[in-house]
Amino acid sequence: MPKLLNLLLAVEHGMKKPVWDCTMCGQCVLHSTGMTCPMTCPKTLRNGPCGGVREDGHCEVKPEMRCIWVKAYDRKVSLPLPTVWKEHYNDLRPPVDMQLKGTSSWVNLVTKRDQQTPAGWAKRQEETHSH
Amino acid sequence: MSKLRDLLTQTKDVVYTAEFPVIDGGGMDQVKKNVERLAPWFAAVNATDNTAAHAHASNVSVAIAMKQHGLEPIMQIVCRDKNRLAIQADMAGANLHGIENIALLTGDDVTAGDEPETRRVFDLDGPQAINVASILNAGTYLSGRKLNPAPNFFICAVENPFAPPHDYRIERAMKKHRAGAQMLQLQIGYHPDRLEKFCAGVAATVPELALIPSVVLVKSSKPLNFMNDKVPGISVPQDVIDRVAQSSDQAEAAYQLALEQCQHALALPGVRGLHITDFRHDETLERLMHDLGRTPNQYT
Ligand code: SF4
Repeated sequence: MPKLLNLLLAVEHGMKKPVWDCTMCGQCVLHSTGMTCPMTCPKTLRNGPCGGVREDGHCEVKPEMRCIWVKAYDRKVSLPLPTVWKEHYNDLRPPVDMQLKGTSSWVNLVTKRDQQTPAGWAKRQEETHSH
Repeated sequence: MSKLRDLLTQTKDVVYTAEFPVIDGGGMDQVKKNVERLAPWFAAVNATDNTAAHAHASNVSVAIAMKQHGLEPIMQIVCRDKNRLAIQADMAGANLHGIENIALLTGDDVTAGDEPETRRVFDLDGPQAINVASILNAGTYLSGRKLNPAPNFFICAVENPFAPPHDYRIERAMKKHRAGAQMLQLQIGYHPDRLEKFCAGVAATVPELALIPSVVLVKSSKPLNFMNDKVPGISVPQDVIDRVAQSSDQAEAAYQLALEQCQHALALPGVRGLHITDFRHDETLERLMHDLGRTPNQYT
């Protein structure tokens, strides 16, 4: 089993690194963010753009780079992505679980490990979604 | 008791807020002087958290000092310098001292400050931090561990309707509202059309979310140029800069611009007040408040 996990890890990283500059956060949200990785935002913001986006749509921190959330929004609007993915664009994504760093998000997706959130967070999500 | 919450939820009063000057020198005497200057005009004042990525006396300590001197604080917490443990500790500390208004912000990057070599944290982002405040309001920490007595935070946030992607800013405001924000201070901006669109969009979906646009008092075109060139997220159109720069009385032209911005913003849907940044221009502040129909000590 560990061998298979390592293989999956290598395959996932091998695919995602060149395309999305994947940092292997282990809790992939690409599908809901216009196929743009929020971990490439210098502030690693997972819930939308900061207030510092420049007038030309470039990043507050790296002026030479387009803000990843501007890119994500453009792609969400223009790419033919599944509607359910687009609907999840404005979801409140939980804080990153640092324990998952370096693990395979594919495995974590299957085992639902990537959906585990701290008890306080989980309770609030339950309450806010039930009404 | 949060006067800010009462004003916004139980009255139709216009709510004016400001920013407490950072404390580096002068000690408590300086705190007192600032309180005396601001208290007559403002319902509540922001106690900032290492604003513009410069270290200063801490958010919690300044909020406590303000409260002791009779000025209601809105204690800011930014995500740049503290991980989720430290952020929750700030919240629990505020609760311990009876500070109810808290504002959660993502924060400027470390590159904006005088110690750009520091580590940027951003363990939580703005919307997540707002949600964490809501979790504490329900009586537990993020982990589920109990916090007793539970805080009764009036949760505030900040949004920038002027920065791209403009269309998304309304949805982002709604996300912050869903996470628990009840008041949204808006960043400084010089595009009235963007402000109009934003306020209309937010008011149409979440009319209970109190919008507080910001207006800055300047004395010439120089700070306008500075903001346009140096502050990411603020763009000042050339015709606005020219209007002030080409006037024979720059101070007066800048004042009239600010007054117009105030009047324009106050007439927009969802807008419940204004946040005034005055750069310690006392006379101009008094003149502005007077022109907006205010007299001192209306909140007391
Ligand atoms: S401008 Fe965009 S990419 Fe840059 S820090 Fe802000 S949200 Fe992240």
